[in-house]
Amino acid sequence: MSINGKAYIVGAFEHPTRKAPDKSVAQLHAECAKGALDDAGLAKDDIDGYFCSGDAPGAGGFSMANYMGLKLRHIDSTDTGGSSYLVHLNHAAQAIALGKCNIALITLSGRPRSEGSSGTIVRSRGTGVPDEPYELPYGPVTVNLYAMVAMLHMYKYGTTSEQLAWVKVAASHHAQHNPNAMLREVVTVQDVLASPMISDPLHRLDCCVVSDGGGALIVARPEIAKSLKRPLVKIRGAAEAPKHQMGGKVDLTYSGAAWSGPRAFEEAGMKPADIKYASIYDSFTITVVMQLEDLGFCRKGEGGKFVADGNLISGTGKLPFNTDGGGLCNNHPANRGGMTKVIEAVRQLRGEAHPKVQVKNCNAALAHGTGGSLGHRHGSATVIMERE
Amino acid sequence: MATPYQERKITDPILNVGDEPYFEAAAQGRLLVKKCADCGEVHHYPRGACPFCLSPNVAWQDARGTGTIYTYSITRRAGPIPYCIAYVTLDEGIKMMTNIVDCDLDSVRIGQAVKVTFKKTSGGVAVPMFTPA
Repeated sequence: MSINGKAYIVGAFEHPTRKAPDKSVAQLHAECAKGALDDAGLAKDDIDGYFCSGDAPGAGGFSMANYMGLKLRHIDSTDTGGSSYLVHLNHAAQAIALGKCNIALITLSGRPRSEGSSGTIVRSRGTGVPDEPYELPYGPVTVNLYAMVAMLHMYKYGTTSEQLAWVKVAASHHAQHNPNAMLREVVTVQDVLASPMISDPLHRLDCCVVSDGGGALIVARPEIAKSLKRPLVKIRGAAEAPKHQMGGKVDLTYSGAAWSGPRAFEEAGMKPADIKYASIYDSFTITVVMQLEDLGFCRKGEGGKFVADGNLISGTGKLPFNTDGGGLCNNHPANRGGMTKVIEAVRQLRGEAHPKVQVKNCNAALAHGTGGSLGHRHGSATVIMERE
Repeated sequence: MATPYQERKITDPILNVGDEPYFEAAAQGRLLVKKCADCGEVHHYPRGACPFCLSPNVAWQDARGTGTIYTYSITRRAGPIPYCIAYVTLDEGIKMMTNIVDCDLDSVRIGQAVKVTFKKTSGGVAVPMFTPA
């Protein structure tokens, strides 16, 4: 059984806030839900399926369902970090295809900026975590785990800091048109290289922003989608894949996208050359290079060359990416960027992206996320969507 | 440019049941790995079940304590002093997360030969780290 064509994204909403010290996380979830319902033209009581990740307040989605007064027959709180919301799209489409629900709501929110979070803090994930005694003494933080991946990529494939910087440059070209983006100033390769070195070889401008906020999506059965007054965004294919240290046979040259990407393309009956717009998880510049290779947009090791010289900039490059400015410049709510990846892909497919970055005849888009860390454990998820 | 190694305040590991022998051996200056008696695979981090076949017949064995740097990063702006995180490929064929210590951090290179040494956490627990061989 396939989910190809069985479900549509009918509502999408990105919270405009980037700093919300005066709002609770639960309140932000509810504001995002309302925004997505208004976008779809649906009411709260139309929802019968709900998805949030493990970081939502309370256990297993129940507290959020309680807070928002949802009456549900399907609930799922799968947590694969920042890629959770792409996994949720896949699971929502599956549940809809099986008749377990008709209209699914997916929400994310968080306030890492107000709460002083950063990618340079060693964090424990609770008690009983089996890997932590063998890792935390060494000071693994988000940025140095990705930096080790970048260092290896440079060593094996000759990738340069200048090539990585082009990812940020492209994101900044897009963010200048987004009034809600945290960083709207267009930067150059030299600006990236001149920014402070955080963890070799990643500079400050190789890193994403830390922002409060959130977003929400509504997924519905085809008949319901066709009854609404919104452009039709069909889910064509989706796949997920965790990747880890493989018992010590660690291989940091590829990501789980090498597994989830081909499966999603196969389900969609499409190939990378069919994709007009790509939302690619951009926690760091290296994240984008790795995923583009693993998804098949270029060959392994050639990602640096692929992203250079503005190839990701809408209007001039061959593969327009992250036209909202992405996590690198716009928004990385709750340190989880999968939600905004889908939202910008939906805008592109509807023709509702900013006119300066809207891709012409955008009838096929891909969104891909990496949750956790490329440097030890992560969950990859790919979703391919089509404008009908 | 040089970035001399500086002693860093090291987070105490919070042990789970079964982790004790690894850290007791480290206190004696020995690096242990786990080997499966059924499939013969060596693994890291050490577990009570083999990650290759799920056999419970896993036993500690002494590692040679030498290897090469698989990848690394010098973290310059997270905390008060720079430090070098790395994965080292042990001679036994498995990679472990670690720190490279007791050298000019700017001289660290992928492929470099290294040998184990031990550093104490703030709570006095010995943890294996590596230094140029």
